[in-house]
Amino acid sequence: MDKDFAARRRRDLIIAAVLAAIAALTPLFVKDVVVQNIMILTLMYAGLSQSWNILSGYCGQISLGHALYFGLGAYTTELLFTKFGVLPWFGMLAGGAVSALIAMGLGYPFFRLRGHYFVIATIVIAEIGLLLFHNWEWAGAAMGITIPIRGDSWLKFQFLRTKLPYFYFALALCCLAWFVTWWLENSKWGFWWRAVKDNPEAAESLGVDVFNSKMGAAAVSAFLVAVGGSFYAQFVSYIDPESVMGFQFSLLMALPAVLGGIGTLWGPVLGAAILIPLTELTRFKFGGSGRGVDLIVYGTLIVLISLALPRGLLSLFSRPKKTGAAR
Amino acid sequence: MGLLYGLIAVGLALIFGLMDVTNFAHGEFLMIAMYLSFFLFAFFAIDPLLSAPLVAAALFVFGAVIYLLLVRFAMRAKANAGMVQIFTTFGLAIVMRGLAQYFFTPDYRSIPQSWLGGKTISIAGIFLPEPQLVGALVSILAFVGLYFFIHRTDFGRAIEATREDPGAVALVGIDKNRVFAFGWGLGAALVGLAGAIMAVFFYIYPDVGASFALIAYVTVALGGFGSVFGAFAGGIIVGLVEAVTALVLPPSLKSVGIYAVYLLVVFIRPRGLFGSI
Repeated sequence: MDKDFAARRRRDLIIAAVLAAIAALTPLFVKDVVVQNIMILTLMYAGLSQSWNILSGYCGQISLGHALYFGLGAYTTELLFTKFGVLPWFGMLAGGAVSALIAMGLGYPFFRLRGHYFVIATIVIAEIGLLLFHNWEWAGAAMGITIPIRGDSWLKFQFLRTKLPYFYFALALCCLAWFVTWWLENSKWGFWWRAVKDNPEAAESLGVDVFNSKMGAAAVSAFLVAVGGSFYAQFVSYIDPESVMGFQFSLLMALPAVLGGIGTLWGPVLGAAILIPLTELTRFKFGGSGRGVDLIVYGTLIVLISLALPRGLLSLFSRPKKTGAAR
Repeated sequence: MGLLYGLIAVGLALIFGLMDVTNFAHGEFLMIAMYLSFFLFAFFAIDPLLSAPLVAAALFVFGAVIYLLLVRFAMRAKANAGMVQIFTTFGLAIVMRGLAQYFFTPDYRSIPQSWLGGKTISIAGIFLPEPQLVGALVSILAFVGLYFFIHRTDFGRAIEATREDPGAVALVGIDKNRVFAFGWGLGAALVGLAGAIMAVFFYIYPDVGASFALIAYVTVALGGFGSVFGAFAGGIIVGLVEAVTALVLPPSLKSVGIYAVYLLVVFIRPRGLFGSI
């Protein structure tokens, strides 16, 4: 059994390396800017969803407020950059740190809540953040921040003529989130989280520090999502509260993981690889009418997939005997 | 205003609280009700106040059909039941918004003249807008009606029993799907009533539901899941808090007060004010 497990983990790592290598080579063949854009977004959402999955999938604390950390990452980076001239690379780390600290601060009261009360609290706190940024004059209020153009450079993480650097950064972010998940899965944290998810009382009685393990998951998850937010801000070079902290981001982060398989290593990647291109294509194909056809198509797809495959797409690949146990 | 929140929330309390099914399309039910009452006015010149029972009846059928066509299957999921419900109803909400945009266009509409619109009534020197007053009265009636329905009739008890233990309920000959379909219908009818009244004094557009939905969730959770009285109390508190916040903070921040009070309440009482589950 232990041998099987080790073999599976080695196999996962090899598959991931091969996939990353293939992904890294695709820009050599794909020159179309629209397609490159979709690939960047796909990788970004894969990374975000993977990070969301750490808290909500592995640890079982369903958060629909991760847009808060996404927005905090974006805002910290851009406020530091535009107001104090701090390079986005440091801003990214600062944003991650701020988000992780806030996630832990919020964790104190929040992790006492269960079920719907917890989910609603996460939605509400993100909404409060959104409203505060909406009214914060210094941070641009509802107008948001336009990131000043300082020319192409890795130093300032800004590229005007090509999207390739963004692509590679998104790929790196996605790989990082995957690797962190892979690594944590087999650490004591991973086992704690699954125990907390399945039965917190039993876990507590066996000596698992339930509270701190939730805090750890929240901090890691928030940090990675905030880095994603910083990246997104540099990528689109304009942010306003609605566009980085809106409720739809919380759902867009959760959706790939849920569609692919919540609480699994590959679920978020698989879900994002299918969902994001589909979203962008329906928007591209039907969105121009301005009459909501893209919404109808997109919504129908979500309903059908979540009804047909409650365990996510990954369940199609696993053999029946495996499906019983939550990995 | 608080009582209207209460009325929107009580429909949700029935679905979300008593049956323990997440409904992320509740705001869209409200939107449909508002459009219905708008079109009844525009084409047949029926005043929203008169058409309210019609709208409620239509929403009853709609709610029951949605349950039978969609939610029934979402509840059957063995794994991740919560997430499946969230995303099924969320997908439904997106589809409904898309359909509304397609058929009704994203334009803002309003009902220009109605019996109540824009009129005020003066009670002891305080001027109160009539539509809101009627809304408040209807809400109180609906609450009292629902309270007795849940606690005094067999059907109300059947709803609660079905949530508690669907298996045992089947043994005594209650059809779970019929009970829940009826519950969904009733929940939708209540939000239909709220929508019909709100159509008088709110703009009607495809996304209108979203702004009320979150407040409705908060109201239900504030009062506590599983309690009709809780949703009523939650509605009043939310209305008061909103009014007070609007006095001290800029209007765009008025919801912050509501959210803060919710967080405060659940930190002290993790199951809301009157919650049982």
